Amino acid sequence: MLQMKTHYPDAHRIEPAKRHTLAVVVDNEPGVLARIAGLFSGRGYNIESLTVTETEHEAHISRITIVTTGTDSIIEQIKSQLERLVPVHRVVDLTLTGEAVERELCLVKVVGKGDYRVEAMRLASAFGARTLDATLTSFVYELTGTTGEVERFIKLMTAVGLVEVSRTGVAAMSRGAEGIM
Amino acid sequence: MSETMTGAEMVIRALQDQGVEHVFGYPGGAVLPIYDALFHQEKVRHILVRHEQGAVHAAEGYARASGKPGVVLVTSGPGATNAITGLADAMMDSIPLVCITGQVPTHLIGSDAFQECDTVGITRHCTKHNYLVKSIEDLPRVLHEAFYVAQNGRPGPVVVDLPKDVQFKIGAYLRPLSNQHKTYRPTVKGDMNHIRAAVELMVNAKRPVFYTGGGVINSGPQAAALLRELVQLTGFPITSTLMGLGAYPASGKHWLGMLGMHGTYEANLAMHECDVMINIGARFDDRITGRLDAFSPFSKRIHVDIDPSSINKTVKVDIPIVGDCAHVLEDMLRLWRQGAKQADKIALQEWWGKIEGWRSRNCLAYKNSQESIKPQYAVQRLYELTKDRSPYITTEVGQHQMWAAQYFKFEDPNHWMTSGGHGTMGYGLPAAVGAQLAHPGSLVIDIAGEASIQMMLQEMSTALQYNLPIKVFILNNEYMGMVRQWQELLHGGRYSQSYSESLPDFVKLAEAYGAVGIRCDNPGDLDAKIMEMINVNRPVIFDCVVDKTENCFPMIPSGKAHNEMLLNDYLGETGADIGSVIDEKGKMLV
Ligand SMILES: Cc1cc2nc3c(=O)[nH]c(=O)nc-3n(C[C@H](O)[C@H](O)[C@H](O)COP(=O)(O)OP(=O)(O)OC[C@H]3O[C@@H](n4cnc5c(N)ncnc54)[C@H](O)[C@@H]3O)c2cc1C
Ligand SMILES: Cc1ncc(C[n+]2csc(CCOP(=O)(O)OP(=O)(O)O)c2C)c(N)n1
Ligand SMILES: [Mg+2]
Repeated sequence: MLQMKTHYPDAHRIEPAKRHTLAVVVDNEPGVLARIAGLFSGRGYNIESLTVTETEHEAHISRITIVTTGTDSIIEQIKSQLERLVPVHRVVDLTLTGEAVERELCLVKVVGKGDYRVEAMRLASAFGARTLDATLTSFVYELTGTTGEVERFIKLMTAVGLVEVSRTGVAAMSRGAEGIM
Repeated sequence: MSETMTGAEMVIRALQDQGVEHVFGYPGGAVLPIYDALFHQEKVRHILVRHEQGAVHAAEGYARASGKPGVVLVTSGPGATNAITGLADAMMDSIPLVCITGQVPTHLIGSDAFQECDTVGITRHCTKHNYLVKSIEDLPRVLHEAFYVAQNGRPGPVVVDLPKDVQFKIGAYLRPLSNQHKTYRPTVKGDMNHIRAAVELMVNAKRPVFYTGGGVINSGPQAAALLRELVQLTGFPITSTLMGLGAYPASGKHWLGMLGMHGTYEANLAMHECDVMINIGARFDDRITGRLDAFSPFSKRIHVDIDPSSINKTVKVDIPIVGDCAHVLEDMLRLWRQGAKQADKIALQEWWGKIEGWRSRNCLAYKNSQESIKPQYAVQRLYELTKDRSPYITTEVGQHQMWAAQYFKFEDPNHWMTSGGHGTMGYGLPAAVGAQLAHPGSLVIDIAGEASIQMMLQEMSTALQYNLPIKVFILNNEYMGMVRQWQELLHGGRYSQSYSESLPDFVKLAEAYGAVGIRCDNPGDLDAKIMEMINVNRPVIFDCVVDKTENCFPMIPSGKAHNEMLLNDYLGETGADIGSVIDEKGKMLV
């Protein structure tokens, strides 16, 4: 038998941690976001990204997309803990239902002259970023893509004068004809 | 059909429509309109406590003794923050409560107004749900929803924070609906396929054990009755957590006693050696599992729980059944009967043989004394002399609580009220006030410690005001005994700050409140004095002076498995040097 001497669950699990994207359908009532964010901090779960907006105005329903990492059992706990909250209607683990479509949007501001400016324009067009604003010394680009693409874009832009980034976090949806509602 | 009234009147009206008979509360500026509305009616009786924490514990005691939700009314700011410990306690032990808190007027929220605090923010983690009601249109729905949410699914406390201006506003009152929340619908009926698989596993079990908990009590008396039937039918042994005591009668022949850290030898070894564990409404708390990697290593596990987050939280199970205990037990019984199922008689007989062997160790034996009162003896005598009256027992937290759980025998559900998950010293006296209000003619006893009792002692005054003849039975060992025991085991007997210095004279204290004070320091007088206590129809504080250094055994020390249990030194087990039994790592875990 293992030489574990704790009275509480083991601190280190041998199970590997994985990244999961959860879609959470909630009543858009005051405090609902605080409840969800508080659940994650209170129980020590990770949040990599969290996005929320009302999706059905008439019914006051919001959809929250959460990207988190954890072992299988932690992810299962997160899901049941979320479902336990009174204003939560449904929680769908998009990672389990198959590869989901995931996108996020970022805005980046680069400032520079000469070669830097030319290189920034070239990179932006290679990524298919849109130019939202330009001055003689700066650009604001918009890029929509997977988290990986956005990360790569930002990393490259850092080398050519990136001064500011704003990101939405992930919006996600399952593939195929089936909806989660 | 709707009627027009003020927000404050709606609160009282909603309480009446919800069948509330008692509200535990304390007034203040932000709830004055509600107190005014209370003044004009007689249906809902207000019980004025002496501290808001006492109000919540009293409501908890009331809820657990009556099976109905407890209701609390407190003011904003300090009223709300004083209630927090009680709310956290109710959250941990899954007790249905509705707590109405006053709030500053809506236009002042966020301005650090007088007695303002962010009540919904502060209580978010210690309530099942909470509401800040900013508009009179929402008020009737929210009030009814609060009762619905508190009672349905896994029960818990719900806070309704009500700004003072909304209490004055006039609006249309609406009656409660049966399904009050638009989406919250917990599963009560278990999945039949899983129940079928569970019954199959039970039929083939060689060494089965029922491990039952607070969920059976939460589910209601029907669940306890069904559980008894199932135990009878299967012939399986049954143990329970601290929270589930009384669901199965302690006099029942299948009863193994409580399990866990201070559970019986036979219950813990049965859990360790079983091949099929049937968990009904218990949550694999760490006081039960001990060392997780060594917990019940040979078993297949069935887990019935209304809250999916309780399942697979710490212990992996083979057959999860999400649903209400009574519903699932009913289905199990039906399936068992339909299939004319028979447990494996021979294997079961062998299993019981083994259990009898463990039982014969008589793990609750202790060395009695002629000179001093042993605390175990005091609880035993209290039980023997009161059992005919089917008393309601509450406790504080500490050794006395564990001795009460071990030596008092519970025959029925809802007769045992103790703070399990939060372990709140001060719980027992106000809980006794609540239990006595739920059962005015019954005997209600708070088995207390001299340290705990001082945390909510002011509620004696409440007991006097409402003529509640509760009995506070203090096992006075002049120590925070549970702390002293841990210091003996873990910290080389360095009793840092655990001596109960400068104790009051409890007899005089009782008299000062207008109650009856009794002291007993000698085993010979104990019976007569206990009789004196139960025969007086007034509140009593009984100062039972007991052995100061008695420890609570059996005990599974931190970091140990069920089969590494410490028994009373009297039995000549590992008693000689218990300090060395817990290793360094175990000391981290209290
Ligand atoms: C000093 C001290 C020492 C302690 N030592 C021990 C000890 O030795 N042994 C012991 O047992 N405890 C002990 N405790 C108590 C312990 O901390 C826990 O409170 C207790 O073990 C939990 O009991 P439970 O598992 O029955 O869960 P509860 O907290 O009662 O939870 C009930 C479970 O049932 C579920 N449920 C609720 N309603 C329903 C329903 N209608 N249908 C189905 N499921 C439902 C809930 O979701 C939950 O999972 C001690 C406490 C203190 C303060
Ligand atoms: C509010 C609170 N503070 C501290 C503790 C830690 N604690 C647990 S038991 C205990 C001692 C209780 O002493 P007493 O009431 O005399 O009971 P005994 O153990 O002596 O029977 C303490 C301090 C607690 N459970 N609750
Ligand atoms: Mg004490």
